[in-house]
Amino acid sequence: MQAATIGLEHFLIVGMLLFVAGLFTVVTRRNAIGILMGVELILNSANINYVAFARYSGGHDGQIFSVFVIMLAAAEAAIGLAIVLGIYRTFETIDVEATDVLRG
Amino acid sequence: MIYAVLFYLVAAFTVACAAGVALSRNVVYSAFALMGALFGTAGMFAFLGADFVATVQVLVYVGGILVLTLFAIMLTHQISEVRVSNRSVAAVPAAVLIAAVAGVLLLAILRAPWKTIDPTAPQATTYAIGELFLGRFLLPFELASIVLLTALVGAIVLSRKELRG
Repeated sequence: MQAATIGLEHFLIVGMLLFVAGLFTVVTRRNAIGILMGVELILNSANINYVAFARYSGGHDGQIFSVFVIMLAAAEAAIGLAIVLGIYRTFETIDVEATDVLRG
Repeated sequence: MIYAVLFYLVAAFTVACAAGVALSRNVVYSAFALMGALFGTAGMFAFLGADFVATVQVLVYVGGILVLTLFAIMLTHQISEVRVSNRSVAAVPAAVLIAAVAGVLLLAILRAPWKTIDPTAPQATTYAIGELFLGRFLLPFELASIVLLTALVGAIVLSRKELRG
């Protein structure tokens, strides 16, 4: 089949690159929304791995899991952005380094 | 042949957009780069023969989460100060650390003896996934619905204006 020309590793490497980009975003960003975007990238990379393993081992279980991940990502985005709005209302900024009122 | 060329094009597009999310200096540009990365991921799913997941990806991520993110950006930034909206710190140590992580992952991917089967020709997966959701995965499915409902009610409670007095 034509799909056989592209091996599992290719998809895993794309997932790895997405994960690395997401991790870099989470580590270096100081904008709360930017950090959330990095988390979305990491979830996407996990999804690519799930679906790739499902494809190269048969069955649909990996695809089911990726749908669950997408569902939870939607919940995470809704809650996360609501929290960001709350932070903005309290601190008038969403720079995560400014939100340190609990620091002694 | 053309299949492989298309795959590499979509993969390069996805990775370039992800890099844009990580490196762009304006948070709005980051959001639009994220849109490209999400579409690219949907393309990856299509290459993997997962038509249902690709559709859900476009509907939920691009149609829902990304719009929500853009709303949050617009609500928390004055348009005039949007230029320096995406500060990033300590990029060099982070890059070193993450290059190390990438190296380890790459080594793991290339060295591991993956037991793969030759993938069959892609077929429509929606029917099989629906059967699984209402059969073997019924409990997690219902649980996910409850989690989603709770999360959305929580988001409404968190983000509405507080009534004082």
